[in-house]
Amino acid sequence: MQQAIYLAGRGAISCIGNNVAENIAALREGSAGLGPIRYLSTVHAASFPVGEVKATNTELAQMAGWSGTNSRTSLLGFIAAREALQNAGLWENDRVKQQINGKRLRIGLISSTTVAGMDLTENFFPAFLENAAAGKLRYVRQHEAGATTERIAAGLGIKDYLNTISTACSSSANAIMLGARLLKAGQLDIVLAGGTDALSKFTLNGFNTLMILDQQLCQPFDKQRRGLNLGEGAGFLVLVNEKTAALLGGNYTVKLAGYANANDAHHQTASSPDGTGSYLAMKGALEMAGVEPAAIGYINLHGTGTQNNDSSESTAIQRLFGDRFPAMSTTKSYTGHTLAACGALEAIYSAVSLEEQVLFPSLRVQQPVIEEPGVVVTQLRQVTGLRHVLSNSFGFGGNCSSLFFSLT
Amino acid sequence: MNREQLVEELKQQIIEQLNLQVKPADIVASDPLFNEGLGLDSIDALELIVLMQQKYRIKLANAEDGPKVFQSVDTMADFILANQTTQAG
Amino acid sequence: MFINGASAISPLPVFDALTKGINFEFLTAAKGRVAEPDYSNLIDPKLIRRMSRIIRMGVVTALDALKQAAIANPDAILTGTAFGCLEDTGVFLKRLVENKEEMLTPTAFIQSTHNTVGAQVALLLKCHSYNNTYVQRAHSFELSLLDAQLWLTEHAGQAVLVGAADELTDYSYSLLERFGTFKHQCGGEGAAYFLVQSAASASSWAEIETIHTLYQPTEEELLELVRSISAPAKEQPVDLILSGEENHDEKAHLYMNVKAAAGDNIPVVNYKQFCGTYPTASAFACWLGAYWLKTGTIPAGWGPVMPAKRILIYQTDNLGYHSLILLKAC
Repeated sequence: MQQAIYLAGRGAISCIGNNVAENIAALREGSAGLGPIRYLSTVHAASFPVGEVKATNTELAQMAGWSGTNSRTSLLGFIAAREALQNAGLWENDRVKQQINGKRLRIGLISSTTVAGMDLTENFFPAFLENAAAGKLRYVRQHEAGATTERIAAGLGIKDYLNTISTACSSSANAIMLGARLLKAGQLDIVLAGGTDALSKFTLNGFNTLMILDQQLCQPFDKQRRGLNLGEGAGFLVLVNEKTAALLGGNYTVKLAGYANANDAHHQTASSPDGTGSYLAMKGALEMAGVEPAAIGYINLHGTGTQNNDSSESTAIQRLFGDRFPAMSTTKSYTGHTLAACGALEAIYSAVSLEEQVLFPSLRVQQPVIEEPGVVVTQLRQVTGLRHVLSNSFGFGGNCSSLFFSLT
Repeated sequence: MNREQLVEELKQQIIEQLNLQVKPADIVASDPLFNEGLGLDSIDALELIVLMQQKYRIKLANAEDGPKVFQSVDTMADFILANQTTQAG
Repeated sequence: MFINGASAISPLPVFDALTKGINFEFLTAAKGRVAEPDYSNLIDPKLIRRMSRIIRMGVVTALDALKQAAIANPDAILTGTAFGCLEDTGVFLKRLVENKEEMLTPTAFIQSTHNTVGAQVALLLKCHSYNNTYVQRAHSFELSLLDAQLWLTEHAGQAVLVGAADELTDYSYSLLERFGTFKHQCGGEGAAYFLVQSAASASSWAEIETIHTLYQPTEEELLELVRSISAPAKEQPVDLILSGEENHDEKAHLYMNVKAAAGDNIPVVNYKQFCGTYPTASAFACWLGAYWLKTGTIPAGWGPVMPAKRILIYQTDNLGYHSLILLKAC
């Protein structure tokens, strides 16, 4: 029997809200956070809609209570991570609460990011290119992925275990997976797992070279889709094992019952036409949970809106589910593609779907990729008897992960 | 520049842009560039789109035109000549 | 956990060490660059054209470790890299600035992603297994090893490919120099991959007995851990310490106290004098320790008189990362 891993807390910040409640309200209202670029300084501001967190770095620093030079990635990560600890009742005197009923718990932070402090580095670079002795070093101090996690950990007061995963767009799904494994092995008592990425010129231009950015609002899982909109944000989950759950005495309604990572091994950026990696990831997550495909009530899709992803993902789903499709939707139609953060943000949305028995619709879908009526959710749908959901996250390098959540 | 010179120039530029481990003489202008030919892939197609833009000021409207234009060095040369004429005219 | 295949590329020429031995020389170049083998017989030239140095050396050492252990398809591929693919990152950033965000090409962006090395290995092998990349500064390699260890306890009988790679570029050298990173030691880089399994085999190099990471511990916590894993109470004392200590290191007292806590009069070799300083240099140390345990060829005067049975690797840095890896002969 697999040991249960419970979701004991959650925190989110994205273009649809600065906390979990705001995010869920926007999902219920069908209100996307995508629009013209306001905060990022780029020549493409008028060309590509994005999902920016609606705050300047100064405003984020105020929310965080931080001073000094910090990457937007660190700020977003800290704000979401702190909310997750508060939500779990593990925040006290402005830091993580480590003593529970006289017992000192081992707490780990597993963050993930793809750009890390690139938002600062890319503004440092013009001066540095002119003269290698120029530019203020404080702007590259958080360049490294591990440095952003360090900054978040310092803000939270976590020292027992720090880790950062960087596997492109599946990063935070992999952080959640590792967290669950460390908890099952008893190496940690509590894990704060998730991911954070700020919008940057580096990623915006990078995705532009791949010609997969939509110049309009994206239309994922629609036959007429044109590409993705980039987003930014952070999501963190507090995960606990059975022992810690008993100690905390929380009444947890959602558990992480399965997970798997598989590699597509097809191409550095493109997904295979037969969706091998995503198929293996979903199949692996189901097998770990010991649940048949027919028991899945809903999939929160990776669903970026690129031709390639959506066709590969839907093929993989077809391979696994045959013609008995579960309901599915992609919340990237609200948030844009938040890269390292999306796995954790969508895990949170999936957990809320289970708790509130509600399926959030994909926005702007006119001709769904899977034509069968009702499969691609296009209207807010209140359901009954939803017990199991899958959340998919696939990234560059063929890195495919699938998380399986169940009601306890 | 005549067509012959253009073809030679293109071979050199393709090798540089894609960091190919071959000499210009190894590339047959009529041979396919992708798959069985030089073994180029979708990333190379995106590189070639930028090459066309940078060196010849020709913008491919969308990535789907790539396979047609980038079939071989010959088709690239034809496309450049056709579009440069249009622009000059 | 047993190392059943191991391969490294480093400023010290070690790629062919099993057949050619090692001619030990201290690194003197300020900007230490790896001694790259001739790749023409090792990777398809069609594939190598997009690979920056970190990807080339990562992929080649990974394939070499697999070949030694006669494993075609590992059950997990785990990579540690503190800096990621810096060369491609620098290329894309430079063009982004110089071209004012116009007419950029995708290759450098694609290859700059942190998980490129592990992904390229999977792609070459057509390997669909679990694939992960850890990027936590000077713990990047150790966290990969710890995942390998956990994976093997979860999946009996499987084989894990685990390693680390970091490259030093002109940009990173200029920046790190300004941060004072090379005050005491030449800059370095390198890649090392290991094929690890729960059981020893004919191709075994060494056993990894323990791996520990500590972040900003008190000195007492650190020394307590060192004592607990190397205490003379155990039947086998530590014969040699591979130490991350740099020349005139500000943490010299800490290295001295760790040495004392590990046992009496243990010989010490400072490995960064061969590979230079970089956050995943402990992967080179792990390779060197395993090589010495496999071949018993520690240069005279450096190691114990007896062939070494146990080698302790210890490193720390100015940010408070500490790690300990204990290797045992098998």
